[in-house]
Order: sequence, then C-alpha cells, then structure tokens
Amino acid sequence: MQSIDLATTSLREMNATLQATNDQTNATHWEILNPRGAHAIAVGLDAPIEVTVRGVTGYYCAGMNKQATVHVTGSAGPGVAENMMSGTVIIDGDASQYAGATGRGGLLVIKGNASSRCGISMKGIDIVVQGNIGHMSAFMGQAGNLVVCGDAGEALGDSLYEARLFVRGSVKSLGADCIEKDMRPEHLDILRDLLARAGVDADPQEFRRYGSARKLYNFDIDNVAAY
Amino acid sequence: MCGIVGLFLKDKSLEPELGALLTDMLVTMTDRGPDSAGIAIYGDSTAGQAKLTVQSDRPESDFATLAADLGAALGATVTLQRKDTHAVLTLPTDKTTEARAILAELRPGLRVMSDGTHIEIYKETGLPRDVAARFNLAAMSGSHGIGHTRMATESAVTTQGAHPFSTGADQCLVHNGSLSNHNNWRRRLKREGVRIDSQNDTEVGAAYLTWKMQNGANLGEALEATLSDLDGFFTFVVGTRDGFGVVRDPIACKPAVMAETDQYVAFGSEYRALVNLPGIETARIWEPEPATVYFWSH
Repeated sequence: MQSIDLATTSLREMNATLQATNDQTNATHWEILNPRGAHAIAVGLDAPIEVTVRGVTGYYCAGMNKQATVHVTGSAGPGVAENMMSGTVIIDGDASQYAGATGRGGLLVIKGNASSRCGISMKGIDIVVQGNIGHMSAFMGQAGNLVVCGDAGEALGDSLYEARLFVRGSVKSLGADCIEKDMRPEHLDILRDLLARAGVDADPQEFRRYGSARKLYNFDIDNVAAY
Repeated sequence: MCGIVGLFLKDKSLEPELGALLTDMLVTMTDRGPDSAGIAIYGDSTAGQAKLTVQSDRPESDFATLAADLGAALGATVTLQRKDTHAVLTLPTDKTTEARAILAELRPGLRVMSDGTHIEIYKETGLPRDVAARFNLAAMSGSHGIGHTRMATESAVTTQGAHPFSTGADQCLVHNGSLSNHNNWRRRLKREGVRIDSQNDTEVGAAYLTWKMQNGANLGEALEATLSDLDGFFTFVVGTRDGFGVVRDPIACKPAVMAETDQYVAFGSEYRALVNLPGIETARIWEPEPATVYFWSH
C-alpha cells in the first residue's frame, strides 16, 4: 500500500500523484493520512485504484471520480462525489449537503446520514444512504437510483425527472411532481442489487418507491396550472 | 461566504486557553472570509462594574485622556485598557447608558463595539491572522467566545461592517449568509427604539434578537422567531452573558459543523476549524439541522 500523509505532502501534490496513475499501474492501493477536513481530496481520479482516506474530509472529496474506489473512514463535507462518472465512493460516517450532486454514474455509499440536497440533479449515479437524508434530496434528479434506508426530509424528489427513489422509512413530504409508485418486480431486482453492492442487509420489500408524476417537465397546456 | 467559529466551555480549566483555541479556529477560516475578522469574548467581570469596548481610527488622540475625561463627566472612576485600535473602559454598571451618551459628545469618532459585564468585542478589517495579532487574542481567557471571518456582501469592508455585532448588553451575533428583508426590519426596529448603527444586514439580525429579548423572550425563543420573521440565508451564532446559541434558516445552504465533548461545545463553518480542539477525535460531531434552535447555557 502507498501512503500519502497530508501533514507532510501538499494537497495538490497528493491529487497530482493519484491523478497520474493509470490502469497499467501496480500501485493500486493508496491511503491518505491526516485529511483534517481538507477540501478536494482525491478528486478527478481516472484509474481502477483504491484510495482509503483515514479521517474526515471537507468539500468535494472524490469529485468527478472515474473508475476509482474512494473510501473515507470518517465523515465527508459538502459535495462528496459531486459529478461522479463511475467507480465507487464509500463514506463510513455522515455526508454533508449535496452528496453525489449531478453524478452521472458509479455508486456512492453513505453509511451514516446525508444532509440536505443529497443527489440533487443526479444524472445516473446510484446512491445508497444507510441513515437518513435531509430536505430537497434528488431535486431535479434525471436518472439513477437513490436508496434511503432511514427517513427522508422535506420535499423529496421535487421537480423530478426519471431518477428512482427508494425509501424504507418515513418521508416528511414529497416535492412538486413527485409521487409514490408501485414497486414492481423489476424495481425489487434493482433495489436488491444495489443493497447487495452497498453491503446493506435490508429487505427490498420494506422500501417504497417514489418517482416523477411526469406532469411538470414536459410542457403540456393541460397542466399549465401546475407549472 | 464568511466563516464562523464558536467555543462554549463547560470545563473551567480550559478558560485560560479560550483565546488561543478560538484564534486557531479563526485563522483556519481565513479563506472563507479574508477581508475582516472579529471576536467576542466573554471574560472576567467585577461586581458592579461594566465594560464598554470602544474603537477609534485615531486611538492615540482619542484614548489619551479618555478615562479621565469620561470619569469627570460621569462623576465616577473609569479605567481604560487599550488594545491597538480598541480600548476597554471599566465603569460602574449603572452609568453605562449615560456613558454612551457622553462618549458621543466627548469623542464623536469613537465607536462602541459592545457593553456588558462580561463581553468584549474586537474587530477590524484585514486578514484574520493579522487582526488576531493586533489584539493579542490568543492571550485572552474567558468562558465562551464567538469569532467571524468576513467576505463582505451586504455592506462595505469597514470596521463597522465587521462581525460580531452587539446591540444589547452582553449580547452578540455573527452571521454567515445574507438577509433580504433587513431594510424593513431596520425601519421597524428603529421605530421601536432599538439602536442600529450600520447599514449591515447582520446588525439588523442582532437588533431583532435584542428587541425580542427586551420583550420577554429568552434567547431560544428569540432565535426561534427569526425563522418566521427574517427572510434570507443565515447561519447565526449568538452569545449572551451565560449562553451560546445556533440557528440555521430552513434552506440551510450555509455550512455548519458542531462538536461536543464533556469539556466544550464548538461551532465551525467547516470541520477544518475544529481539528485542533482537545479531544476532537472522540467528540460527538454533527451538522445542525435546518430551522432548529440549539442553545447551551452555563
């Protein structure tokens, strides 16, 4: 395992080192020590490497991730895995606001709670939160899956496009144009697969599915009152 | 942006270190607010005596004979302890209101930063590190304190626009965000007789809390009322003589992290601000919920 200590290595040097790895590298396992809430740790990676960040991260950890697996042993600040393309990001603690925002692919697993705006404008990312999520989560979500094992805050899925939302606990309120939908066998299959990949022991039958009523996002003169 | 730090001590043995701990937290938040910095610190008090912290752009001339001049006008003993552009005037508690009026006549350029039995406020423009050094904040002791690094949005980069704001005895407020209905509230609060000195939105927030508390609310109730009366973005951290409170608006865009141990309750705009606190590794750390009032008192 390669080790980078942020007490002695600059953030920029650490990111440049990780970004310089490619799929031919033998240095596939890295650990980052002393993150101490620093911003933009392990961003822009594009190689099948595994990076373990030992501690708490600040803004935008693992942003724009491709291929890599980034594991944070503490909590993550705002915008973790923002715009992720592929790969896996695992947060052992809590995640602050807009976790996984605009993500296009990959899997984000949050073992604690995620705060407001989790998965805002998600575009294909899969997010599994073992705890609760805050208000305005999945706002304008376009594609991908958001799985919440705990409760969801206010205005879940407001102005939703085609992202799928699965919540096991309570939903404080649904946002505009977000409705509960039937859980069909294909949804249970998707959910079962996501829970397994996230390492969560939960019964898919306990979840409810929410999605777009599709009345807002295509302009239709008959729906004008709803705009 | 803007950065907020706060530290409320439960363990008295940490009190001599309050200034040093807060200074470290404040300097860490420099890149959230590099244009001004300020700190409110709740320190020692003497029975029957109040402290008036004043600031001047011409401290040499304004402070030279200020204690004697004010003392003569009040007919009371006044002492002055200068710290760079600020000075702490100590005088009998029952003379505070009169002293403020006399100061406006004696030294028209002087600004009163705070008054109360415990509070002292120091704030200036410049990098937090430099502001902290000018006042030797690291050497100060106290039971709790609040600091702010400012990136100005709603009013000019001046001493008067820097945080914390104090609009009532031993009260202070710092703010990350911007209020959008502060002009209406400024007019209304002035009509109600609440003192507001600047064009800054945060000062209106402080004055609002003062007004609520003057009308019988406790700090918790006053903070609760901000959620319905103040429009805009805010994370507020407030201090009173023996209390420390936090509230975020319902949208809660402005970041906030809290930590609690048996020794203290700490607030930071980011976790980075908290990393050097004793026992942070095992502290309970959480993000304060939107539209939820948190309050501690001694």
